[in-house]
Amino acid sequence: MTDTYERPEFRLTPSPSAESRAFWSGGERGELLIYRCHDCGHFFHPPAPACFRCRSRDVAPEPVSGRGVVATYTINRQPWLPTMPPPYVIVLVELDEDRDVRIFSQLVDVDPEAVRIGDRVEVFFEHWPAPGDTEVWLPLFRPERARA
Amino acid sequence: MSRGGPFEGRSVITGAGMSQVGRKLMRSGLDLTLEASLRAIADAGLTPDDIDGIASYPGPMAPSPGFTGAGVHDVRNALGLRSRWYMSGMETAAQIGPVIEAAMAVALGLANHVLVFRSVWESTAQAGGNRASVLTPEGELPEHLEYTAPFGALSPANWLALPAQRYMYEHGLTREQLGQIAINARRNAGFNPDAVFRDPLTMDDYLASRMISEPLSLYDCDIPCDGATAVIVSGRDAAAGLPRHPLTIESVGTGMFERATWDQRIDLTTMAAHDAAATLWERTSLRPSDVDVAQLYDGFSFLTVQWLDALGFCEHGKVGAFIEDGSRIALDGDLPLNTAGGQLSGGRLHGMGLLHEACIQLWGSAGERQVAGAEVAAVGVGGGPVAGALLLSTH
Repeated sequence: MTDTYERPEFRLTPSPSAESRAFWSGGERGELLIYRCHDCGHFFHPPAPACFRCRSRDVAPEPVSGRGVVATYTINRQPWLPTMPPPYVIVLVELDEDRDVRIFSQLVDVDPEAVRIGDRVEVFFEHWPAPGDTEVWLPLFRPERARA
Repeated sequence: MSRGGPFEGRSVITGAGMSQVGRKLMRSGLDLTLEASLRAIADAGLTPDDIDGIASYPGPMAPSPGFTGAGVHDVRNALGLRSRWYMSGMETAAQIGPVIEAAMAVALGLANHVLVFRSVWESTAQAGGNRASVLTPEGELPEHLEYTAPFGALSPANWLALPAQRYMYEHGLTREQLGQIAINARRNAGFNPDAVFRDPLTMDDYLASRMISEPLSLYDCDIPCDGATAVIVSGRDAAAGLPRHPLTIESVGTGMFERATWDQRIDLTTMAAHDAAATLWERTSLRPSDVDVAQLYDGFSFLTVQWLDALGFCEHGKVGAFIEDGSRIALDGDLPLNTAGGQLSGGRLHGMGLLHEACIQLWGSAGERQVAGAEVAAVGVGGGPVAGALLLSTH
């Protein structure tokens, strides 16, 4: 059984910083943009203007596949916001490009009870107005579909 | 003779005090703080004129209503304290970081007697609504919620459910085993007349309770309360002649080796607690087997699991078996745990309540819940990216 995801009427949206702007706006072009170090080659998240592993300052966001696996998840059962009635699935996704990079998100289009660690998932984006007359494209995840 | 440890035995705890603790007390944070502070000062056999240092977590900032009952200057001003040294802050070894700062201050001779306090009045401050109400649709998201709140993850219950689920997956921890943390706390609270929740809690009650964020249910989460805790950290020389047996601060756990993160640690089944614990043990010749009583943070039951794992009371990943039937962590077990009921049942005093109970146990003043012959206590405080630990002894 697969629940059909419906966009909520309201979400709390971030105010992107200089470092996080790419992450929150890459979805405009359908891209999940994750910071990568050009010296050691590793991706890292959340974004920062230096590589925490090798301390290189030669870092920049770059598109990844948006595919990965469920590292862990929780079925939220508590109503925190009236516009987001439970249950819904909060997830940490390990990216295919670098399993040490985990993206905190929501997993939708899925029966919450059927979610398992290790499930394959893919990103999609939801466009929202954000504080200060800005816009964001929130990366959400759903079960991976067959590749074209 | 060297006594060992980071302070060579020069830093001791000489008094402890707690205010009234409860739900919706409708008293101000400062009022509660002064009550706890004056009790701690009197408990140490001192007067406010003797207090020449003061320290607190987190200082005058409020991520949510009632999170900070009073700042250092609020208490200094109210009690007319002449401070030769003071501090407050959040970027420290969790809510007991200021105790460690105070231990350094007295060891270096910057102060003789430091009042260290933590106060919360979250129950009263949030009495008009629920915790989520602090986030208004019009307001900007606080920076620490940037990557979580957009996805409906508004509570630490959500953030902690993720590593809890992973710990269960990798290490086989079960809900029944996790439930022992809450049940043990409630059983001990039955012997603590000041505890907030004292009605017996059975495994059936626990398993039937409402899920908050799987695998964490209602009884896995502490709830807002009002109360303040204070201790007096003194220099050993200054402590001579005081009524309480001075408790030696044997070691402190202040390590932080990875990024301050809830979700990016290399091993998702560890937390900052593991780094703090590593530094605690590298600074002392005492070992986990020397610990007579443990007070380990239980803002969520899974955090106690983390501290048991981090402090090495069992092998990494094996906490489930360690707490399996609850006997090992009971008052008469090998490692009596959260003997006043912890935060889950004693009250959410945000870490310092656990330190207070460690002191009471080492002084032999715990009444019906006293652990016979307790000489060494371990205290671990904090969760996720926040952690600090203390090892105290009567030696």
